[in-house]
Amino acid sequence: MTDLTDLSLAQLRDALKAKDASSLDATEAYLSRIEKAGDLNAFITVAADKARAMAKASDEKLAKGKGGPLEGVPLGVKDLFCTEDVLTTAGSHILDGFEPKYESTVTRNLWRDGGVCLGKLNLDEFAMGSSNETSFYGPVVNPWRATGSDAKLTPGGSSGGSSASVAARLCAGATATDTGGSIRQPAAFTATVGVKPTYGRVSRWGVVAFASSLDQAGPVARDVRDAAIMLKSMAGHDPKDSTSVNVAVPDYEAALGASLKGLKIGVPKEYRVDGMPAEIETLWRSGVDWMKDAGCEIVDISLPMTKYALPVYYIVAPAEASSNLARYDGVKYGHRAEEYDDILSMYENTRAEGFGDEVKRRILIGTYVLSAGYYDAYYLRAQKVRKRIFDEFVSAFEKVDLILTPSAPSAAFELGAKTADPVQMYLNDVFTVTANLAGLPGASVPAGLDKDGLPLGLQLLAKPFAEETLFKGMYALEQAAGFDATPDEWWA
Amino acid sequence: MSEPRNLLQGSTGDWEVVVGLEVHAQVSSKSKLFSGASAEYGAGPNENVSLVDAAMPGMLPVINKYCVEQAIRTGLGLNAKINNWSRFDRKNYFYPDLPQGYQISQYKDPIVGEGEIEVELDGGETIKVGIERLHLEQDAGKSIHDLSPNESYVDLNRSGVALMEIVSKPDMRSAEEGAAYFSKLRTIVRYLGTCDGNMEEGSMRADVNVSVCRAGNYDKFRETGDFSHLGTRTETKNVNSIRFAKQVIDYEARRQIEVLENGGTIDQETRLFDPKTGETRTMRSKEDAHDYRYFPDPDLLPLEFSQEWVEEIRASLPELPDAKKHRFMDAYKLGAYDAAVLAMDKTKADYFEAVAAGRDGKLAANWVTGELFGALNKADKDIDASPVSAAQLGSLIDLIKDGTISGKIAKDVFALMFDGEETGDPAEIVEKRGLKQVTDTGAIEKIVGDIIAANPKQVEQVKEKPKTMGWFVGQVMKASQGKANPQAVNEILKKKLGL
Repeated sequence: MTDLTDLSLAQLRDALKAKDASSLDATEAYLSRIEKAGDLNAFITVAADKARAMAKASDEKLAKGKGGPLEGVPLGVKDLFCTEDVLTTAGSHILDGFEPKYESTVTRNLWRDGGVCLGKLNLDEFAMGSSNETSFYGPVVNPWRATGSDAKLTPGGSSGGSSASVAARLCAGATATDTGGSIRQPAAFTATVGVKPTYGRVSRWGVVAFASSLDQAGPVARDVRDAAIMLKSMAGHDPKDSTSVNVAVPDYEAALGASLKGLKIGVPKEYRVDGMPAEIETLWRSGVDWMKDAGCEIVDISLPMTKYALPVYYIVAPAEASSNLARYDGVKYGHRAEEYDDILSMYENTRAEGFGDEVKRRILIGTYVLSAGYYDAYYLRAQKVRKRIFDEFVSAFEKVDLILTPSAPSAAFELGAKTADPVQMYLNDVFTVTANLAGLPGASVPAGLDKDGLPLGLQLLAKPFAEETLFKGMYALEQAAGFDATPDEWWA
Repeated sequence: MSEPRNLLQGSTGDWEVVVGLEVHAQVSSKSKLFSGASAEYGAGPNENVSLVDAAMPGMLPVINKYCVEQAIRTGLGLNAKINNWSRFDRKNYFYPDLPQGYQISQYKDPIVGEGEIEVELDGGETIKVGIERLHLEQDAGKSIHDLSPNESYVDLNRSGVALMEIVSKPDMRSAEEGAAYFSKLRTIVRYLGTCDGNMEEGSMRADVNVSVCRAGNYDKFRETGDFSHLGTRTETKNVNSIRFAKQVIDYEARRQIEVLENGGTIDQETRLFDPKTGETRTMRSKEDAHDYRYFPDPDLLPLEFSQEWVEEIRASLPELPDAKKHRFMDAYKLGAYDAAVLAMDKTKADYFEAVAAGRDGKLAANWVTGELFGALNKADKDIDASPVSAAQLGSLIDLIKDGTISGKIAKDVFALMFDGEETGDPAEIVEKRGLKQVTDTGAIEKIVGDIIAANPKQVEQVKEKPKTMGWFVGQVMKASQGKANPQAVNEILKKKLGL
């Protein structure tokens, strides 16, 4: 029998349904791979006992011919999702010892559908980062290496634990979140599929907040079908999240393989940056050809506001974060400084010790842009530009059904390469932040390798709640790219 | 141009005082503004706290529709503009009893805009006070510093409870006017049922803004809208009684005049009132003022509702005190003062109407405001604890009207009922105690005859001075133990004395 961890999520699901495999066996296989993959540092918490108990319960259901759409499938959870009685850290020292007494809506939905929780995945602290290097628990290492090199590369961020664990087959699929590209960029860096749904498609309840108007949860998976299956379970209206939208969740898997004939694909000329490798440009052109071959009509479009997206993002996101992170004050839960004289020094010492540099930087930026005298010039102006970016997409989507761009301006880079220059790091998000600012669904699909043998991804963007069209396009890209490379298991 | 009102004399000339109130009224709601936790008063520490109220990671606010409805009701009761589109903002500051690190409030776009109410003053005069706005916001928890020498405790029961902040325009010009406005606001919200108005439990409290300016400058402000004509204001926080609000205004006005006349300046600052001394003191100066970094709460959508819903709520409003006052004046022929006294408290108004129904309204009002309120006052009782029911008082008035008893006897019967010596139907009490008026002219004639015979001197006197007949009336009433019908006594006396 093949190694159960070699099966895609869809294959494992089918094998479990057909009783060709047991969830407990699959879970044990994953747990043993996780144990050997310590060098990747993908997990903050391995919930082995919980996983085994859930797997056994799934096996009982499966034995009776029952069970949900994910019954018995072992999954990883980004450690930004609150999980009942399981340590939840957000990658931060300040949440030391925090075990929620509640389960986030997304993970609750996954367990309702039969998913098995393997544990909690590493991430940038409070999801603030593009390389997973801001985590209090240390960086995650990308399973991929450049040909002939043993330099450690970033798996991307902030969902680096999610992308690395899926790429290294430490789980059948993983939850992730995307505030400015935190699902799509790591997916591109690890040859996995990452989907950021429409804002409001997936509940934010129980997800540690970074920037509320931008945060959206989605899956990182091995292929497009797996991503479709996971999103179907994760999505849905939640009355506990006022920004969640009451729109029925379609069967995304059923959309795969549908004809793309007549679909219009927009190619925006502004999705280029200085110093972007020629291979990315070439791959993008291949993507255009693949879509053309699939029967799509290609439309050149212009999105001139794109150049303002990154500055707008780095005003809006830190502003919201500075307020969202005020609750971590050492009073109620998590870390509290041992030394303090009064309430003010308790706050100061707790937060000075509990937050890392990048989180502090963003709290400072956010506090600054919301301050009296600066609010109009920064926050208010950024909101106005954000509206323009949204309007620009609305008019573009009057002409096209999907927009095709590169996922990131580079392949995975070495750990430490950009930590000294935050602006260089922020540039990673240049192609992805627009979808967050406009609330659009977007996805990254593995499309090829660069000259160093590192994966590159292509991004598709769609209209709000047009995830079915998005999945149709993703599947076509996947089919055309025929990407089947896997990383060498140097860590095992 | 109006006359400057309520001038205060200083050593260097006359001053005017200008007052504005920001009243926090807790919405009468079973659950909190953004969570399902109970908003009930009096639970044990931290018993009414949801995950949202404690600001656990990943928790999100969901607006309580009932609270929104109460804010709209209140806005309608204040004759104010209802904003069908409004928005919640975050007011950011750190404090242990503010678990989120921000208060969800409404800053730029409140749910209710400008309005105006009538305020009755003690002298019978009525003034108009403008409402600037009403917005919804969360209350904070409570920090308790006196349970331990080294630690502070936090009770989050109030955290997230819905408050309406009602901001007046600077339209009040004395301590009396400020107090009367505060009191009127309380009357209105209690009428509407949107706030219980219970100040001891903290359901209603005011931030009192006071400034002084030279006589005449207020009118310049009114003409131009230019605040520079007014003095610098101070804000005294969390004043939780109408009496205290009055004291704050009086104290602040005098203090500010004294500072200014001694060549000093008033700092724009936040002050605290000490009920023990009746004085205010600095809490926080302008330099220490927080930068609250307001911005729209991204966890909540803008608050939008249809005009149809507003009209539905409007149609469900009870009769409000001002309308009731005017109706009492028209329907029961009451004077403005009596009508206002009865209308300002819904329980009193309902009691009065039960007594007045189908009876002489004026007589009913006299009995309610005179005998009943007097007795309640003396006994320190609220109207809903009145030992005499509206039905009893009504029957008592009927007995006067049909001549069964005199007004004087009625007062005795009322006292018996009020003191609990008698219960039940006043007619039976009168019957049982033999208090019925004597209308038998034969019996009265006998008494009159006896008294005339026994007092020849007075008889002579009354012929010269007919006014002294009152003495005879008193004698007859005394002899009949007050039961003789006064009208019959008068007629018989006149006849027998030949007047």
